[in-house]
Amino acid sequence: MIAGMEGLLTHYTYIVTIFLMVSGLFVVIARGNMVKKLVGLGCFQTSVYLLYIGPAKILGGTAPILAPEYSVYSNPLPHVLILTAIVVGVATLALGLALTVRINEAYGTIEEDEIFARDMVEHANSEESAS
Amino acid sequence: MVITLINGVLLTLMAVVTIGIVRVRNLFAVVILGSIYSFLMASIFMVMDAVDVAMTEASVGAGISTVLMLAALYLTKTEEAPPVHSVALPLFVALVTGAALIYGTLDLPPFGTADTVMHTHLGAKFLADSIPDTTVPNVVTSILADYRGFDTLGETTVIFTAGIGVLMIFKGRSKRRPETESNKSDAA
Repeated sequence: MIAGMEGLLTHYTYIVTIFLMVSGLFVVIARGNMVKKLVGLGCFQTSVYLLYIGPAKILGGTAPILAPEYSVYSNPLPHVLILTAIVVGVATLALGLALTVRINEAYGTIEEDEIFARDMVEHANSEESAS
Repeated sequence: MVITLINGVLLTLMAVVTIGIVRVRNLFAVVILGSIYSFLMASIFMVMDAVDVAMTEASVGAGISTVLMLAALYLTKTEEAPPVHSVALPLFVALVTGAALIYGTLDLPPFGTADTVMHTHLGAKFLADSIPDTTVPNVVTSILADYRGFDTLGETTVIFTAGIGVLMIFKGRSKRRPETESNKSDAA
């Protein structure tokens, strides 16, 4: 039991990371609103950043900027990878929001179900006019 | 110990904000909660010694992303429709995924340990070689712009592609505008 409590403390970062990731996944699947979906996708992405940065930290270390006063530094490589990921993340977000705005203009709604319903109606209408 | 404590408090706050994001239906509130989420994440990066990442997350994640989201809300709607489907299946998928991932993290080393593979091999090499190879004391900068320069070039390509994509989506709009208006007047 004590080992379990200690494991919870030393792995708390990972547990919260997984929670954020799973919440993001849930929002993306369960919510029909497209802006909400994009916020959920952002949650998911950001939790991956935490998954990389967490293990890079060394307790008692300092930021990886070399100075003669310090000898222990956290690992700089995950930081670089995540810097790239953040910028790519905002690029995909901009593209997703542009698509959302465009869909709102074409359909007058950003709810997934209403868009599907309108597509079904239009499909039925076009089949009727064809026959 | 203090760092573990600060870290724990910030992580708990993040979990609370995330529950808010899942439950709140006003999209304006959701976007602002997303901004708070990003600022908390930036603070955690600061505690975890990732100062460059913290700066980028605060400016890009909490700044530009929020501005883009608010602009999109201005052009669309700010209230989410009440859910029509049952959330049982998504909840099940999320819980199974979460359980599998938690099982996967059991083998990861405890937070903050120094003698793991990632610290003893590549990380140590970059820390030792940065000054002799590039004379840059900030190791993150020397890896980003020097050792992994092609990676950064690829990142720039992605941003360029996304920018072109956004421009093309909105270019199609300005062309179709008069068309839809004439359709409307025909119908009237």
